[in-house]
Amino acid sequence: MSHDHQHDAQDAIAFRVKALERLLVEKGLVDPAALDELIETYEKRVGPRNGARVVAKAWTDPTFRDWLRRDASAAIASFGYTGRQGEHLVALENTPKVHNMVVCTLCSCYPWPVLGLPPVWYKSAPYRSRAVADPRGVLKDFGVELPGDVEVRVWDSTAEIRYLVIPERPSGTDGWNAERLAGIVTRDQMIGVAR
Amino acid sequence: MNGAQDLGGTHGFGPVVAEPDEPVFHAEWERRAFAITVATGFLGRWNIDMSRWCRENRDPRDYLASSYYELWLKGLETLIEDTRLLEQQVEAPGPAQIRALLAASKGAKVDVAVSASFRVSDRVRVKNAHPRTHTRMPRYCRGKCGVIATDHGVYVFPDTHALGLGAKPQHCYSVCFSAEELWGEKRNDRIHIDLWDDYLEKA
Repeated sequence: MSHDHQHDAQDAIAFRVKALERLLVEKGLVDPAALDELIETYEKRVGPRNGARVVAKAWTDPTFRDWLRRDASAAIASFGYTGRQGEHLVALENTPKVHNMVVCTLCSCYPWPVLGLPPVWYKSAPYRSRAVADPRGVLKDFGVELPGDVEVRVWDSTAEIRYLVIPERPSGTDGWNAERLAGIVTRDQMIGVAR
Repeated sequence: MNGAQDLGGTHGFGPVVAEPDEPVFHAEWERRAFAITVATGFLGRWNIDMSRWCRENRDPRDYLASSYYELWLKGLETLIEDTRLLEQQVEAPGPAQIRALLAASKGAKVDVAVSASFRVSDRVRVKNAHPRTHTRMPRYCRGKCGVIATDHGVYVFPDTHALGLGAKPQHCYSVCFSAEELWGEKRNDRIHIDLWDDYLEKA
């Protein structure tokens, strides 16, 4: 597709969205202020920093870590991270011998309250097609090469359970507080495409 | 539906390419498409399984050529038409209500006693079934054997829920498959798939 053609297609979609929004507002079916609230929430307030705080607490507080293992939804709700696309959460802990990786092959299910909205690559056909069949190849796309004796566990989010990977705490971080630790946890680690 | 949404194991899409410092939305229309979809969802005229069904139920060429939020738009247009939403009188939630609704979302777990057909460690086979309507049973695991790793409890069954045929609550399990069973390759990998009772039989 030429660049101009792509541009036209984008314009056509933008027009359709605008027309539909106008119609819904006119009919009183959506409140424009509520739309702004939704956009503000997911663009500014909810994102991977939430998940990073959960991981850092798991690294520094063994009682919380146990709670996370037993009932991740409740443990994570204690931060106020609740609701849509995060109603049923499971934490997956990486170990020196196990690496966890999360995908949704059928759509793009993702734990919104802890990671925000998913990046384009997570929703893309290359990731959704290959994560289950060739996880080590996908990891290589992200520059990660795992030794053969490390087991890769892929979690296909086919139901309403949402998964959060708890990466291993890096060495050399002894004595760091949770806030400092949260600063080094990345979104890609919590999806499982980084180590 | 054996459609283009069921991507697990498909070849030829190339490498995964991540965009550095990716923004949450890439265009203003994506923000608006996202917001009107979530906002109208709260009107209670359809459920999340119907939304997924309306996004995936299309010509595979259309599905693959559409971006994520394009599919959201197309799905929403169908839902609005099917439910005649524009002819209805409903009160739209305001910003404070939206905030409360997002935080209080209850999800798909159902608090009813339904007996489980399987227990942890049971060996199961995914049925070789090809429903033409919505299902969350990926093709790549059909006919394959795995082990029940976790019983997640009782959940709404998407296949009936997507068609407006009721919640049919039943147990949903994390089923663990070896890479060898799914892909015929001996390697140290496992794949966990969340599957409902109705998808499984005793192996």
